[in-house]
Amino acid sequence: MSFTGLRTLMPKNDLWALLILAAIIVIVMPLFLDIFRLNLVGKYLTYAFVALGLVLCWGLGGILSLGQGIFFGLGGYCMAMFLKLEASSPEHTAIQSTPGIPDFMDWNQLTELPWFWEPFHSLSFTLLAVIAVPALFAFIIGVAMFKRRVGGVYFAIITQAIAAILTILIIGQQGYTGGVNGITDLRTLLGWDIRTNSAQYILYFINAILLFTCLLAAQVIRKSKLGRLLVAMREREDRVRFSGYDVANFKIFVFCIAAVFSAIGGAMFTLQVGFMSPSFVGIVPSIEMVIFCAVGGRLSIFGAVYGTLLVNWAKTIFSESFPELWLFAMGALFIGVVMAFPNGLADLYQSYAQPWLNKQRLRLPARLGGVKTPQKTTE
Amino acid sequence: MSALNTVKKPKDFVLSIEGLTVSFDGFKAVNDLSLYVEEQEIRVIIGPNGAGKTTVLDLICGRTKATSGAITFKGQNLTKLKEHQIVQVGVGRKFQNPSIYEDLTVFENLEISFPRGRNVWGALFFRRDAEVINKVNEIANMIFLGEKLDSPAELLSHGQKQWLEIGMLLIQDPELLMLDEPVAGMSVSERKLTAELLHRITKDRSVLVVEHDMQFVEDIADRVTVLHQGKTLSEGSMERVKSDPKVIEVYLGH
Repeated sequence: MSFTGLRTLMPKNDLWALLILAAIIVIVMPLFLDIFRLNLVGKYLTYAFVALGLVLCWGLGGILSLGQGIFFGLGGYCMAMFLKLEASSPEHTAIQSTPGIPDFMDWNQLTELPWFWEPFHSLSFTLLAVIAVPALFAFIIGVAMFKRRVGGVYFAIITQAIAAILTILIIGQQGYTGGVNGITDLRTLLGWDIRTNSAQYILYFINAILLFTCLLAAQVIRKSKLGRLLVAMREREDRVRFSGYDVANFKIFVFCIAAVFSAIGGAMFTLQVGFMSPSFVGIVPSIEMVIFCAVGGRLSIFGAVYGTLLVNWAKTIFSESFPELWLFAMGALFIGVVMAFPNGLADLYQSYAQPWLNKQRLRLPARLGGVKTPQKTTE
Repeated sequence: MSALNTVKKPKDFVLSIEGLTVSFDGFKAVNDLSLYVEEQEIRVIIGPNGAGKTTVLDLICGRTKATSGAITFKGQNLTKLKEHQIVQVGVGRKFQNPSIYEDLTVFENLEISFPRGRNVWGALFFRRDAEVINKVNEIANMIFLGEKLDSPAELLSHGQKQWLEIGMLLIQDPELLMLDEPVAGMSVSERKLTAELLHRITKDRSVLVVEHDMQFVEDIADRVTVLHQGKTLSEGSMERVKSDPKVIEVYLGH
C-alpha cells in the first residue's frame, strides 16, 4: 500500500494514540507492576476486546448489544474445554469412578465424555472453535434480528435475554458444563504449565499482541467505506437502504466482528485467569462491558481500552475497601458519563487535551528557529 | 429504424403503474391508480393533503407494499423487489425532509451514494480512486456545493441539504428520479436554482416530483397529474389541468 494509503488508514493523531497505548501496555505496565498486578491488568485487557467490539457495533453502527458476555463466554468456554480435557488425563483423574473425564462430569455421574466435548482434544480445532462458534452464533442472531429489522431497544433487550438464557443453560446442565462453578482447575496447555510466573508473563504479551491486532483490524474497518456506512446507518438507516445497500448484511457483519473480538478476549481470559464460569456470561458482566466502552468513549477504539483499564482499576481499588458500594459507584459512573459527556473520556481528550498538544507540537519547530507555517490539523 | 420512425413513434414508458391499490386497515390511500411516465419526462404529482402523493412514491420505491396492482419499471415488476434492489435497477428517491448523513462530510455523503462496493466486502475494500473523486467533484459542482466538499453536512443550510440529497441520487445515475417536495423550505433564489438544476439533470432521465409550490410546478413540469383521494383526478399539461373545473373545485379553488 502506498504511503498516502497508509496515512489515510492511520492519521497522525491515531498513530500517536496507538504508540502511546502500546508503550503503556507493553513497556510501562510490565516494568512497574509485579506479576500479580500484571496478571490483573492482563485480565482487564481481555475485557478491552469486548469494549473494542462494542465501539464498532454500538459506537459506529448504533447497534447496542447488552449480551456481549455471550461471546466472551463462548470463546472462554471453548478454550476452557480444551484445557480441562488436558488436565483430566487418566493419570490425573485415576481416583474418579470414570478416569479420563473432567472431574465435574464424574461428580454428576457421567460415565463417558459427551460427543461435543470430543473435538476439544485438538488444539487446532479449539482455536478454530474460539472464533467460529461465537461468529456462527452471532450470525444466527444477526440474521434472525436484522433481516426482520429488529433494532434499537428491542435488539438490546433480546441480546440481554439470550445472555440470561445461556447462563441458565450453563448452570442447569452442570454435568456437561461444570454448572455454576464453571470449568476450573486448568493447568497446562500442551504440557506447558500456564500457572507459573513466566507463563503469565508470556500470556500477557500474547494477549497484548492479539489486542493490538484487533485494534488494527478495527481501525481498518473504521477507516474503510464500511466504517462510514455504519455511521450513515446509525443516522439515517432508510437513506442507506434507499441508496442501494442491504442494511441488514452490514449489521450482521459488524455484529459478528464484535462477537469474534469478544471471543478472543474470552479465550485469553481463560488462559490468564485459569478458569471460566457463567458469571462472565450473563447480564451483569455484559452491561459492565458496555460501561467500560461508554466511559472510555464509544466512538474511540483507543478510548475503549483506556476506559476498560480505568474502570477496572477503580473497581479493584474501590472493592478492596468498600465491596458493597462498588455496584452503586459503577451505576453512578455510567449515569454520570451518559449525562455529562456521552462520548466518554476520548471525547474529553479530543476536545481539550489534543488541541493543546497540537499547539505545543507546532510551537516546537518555531522555537528551534524553523519557519514551518502552522498546518491546520484535521480530525 | 429510420429517423422518421423514431420521431413519429410515441416515447416508451419508463414507468407504468396499473391498477395500483394500497389499503391501510380498509382505508384506501391509493385506489386503483394508473400512471405512465415517459422517458426524459418531468412529471409532477399535485393534490390536496392526504391525496396519496407520498404514498405513491413509497409504493414505487418499495417502502410500502401494494395491496394489488402492478408497478413496471423498464419491464421489471418492482412490487416483487426489495428496496435496495429497486435502487439497483435504477430508481432513486429523495425524501421529504432532507435525509443526509449529518456526521459525515459532503464528500463522504456523496461517496457513500456512489454506486460501487454496495456489499459488505465491496465496502470494506472500496478505494477512493480518481474515478470516485472526479465523479464526486462533478456532482458537487452541479448541485452548487463544489466549495463545501470538506465541511460536515450538518453545517449546510436547509436548501443546501436538499441539494446534497439530490446530488446523492444523481451520483447513482438513476433512470427514474423521485423527489418529494424538493423546494420545501427553500428561498426564492434557491427555488430558481433548483428548477434550473432539475431541467439540466432531466436530459438523461425521467423525474417524478411531488410538489405543492404551484409556481415551481409551472416552472418544471412537462405534465401534471392531480391526485384526489388516491385516484387520478386530472392529467395533462399545466395549462389544461389549471382550467379543469374538477381540479379547481377540489384543489386550486381554495
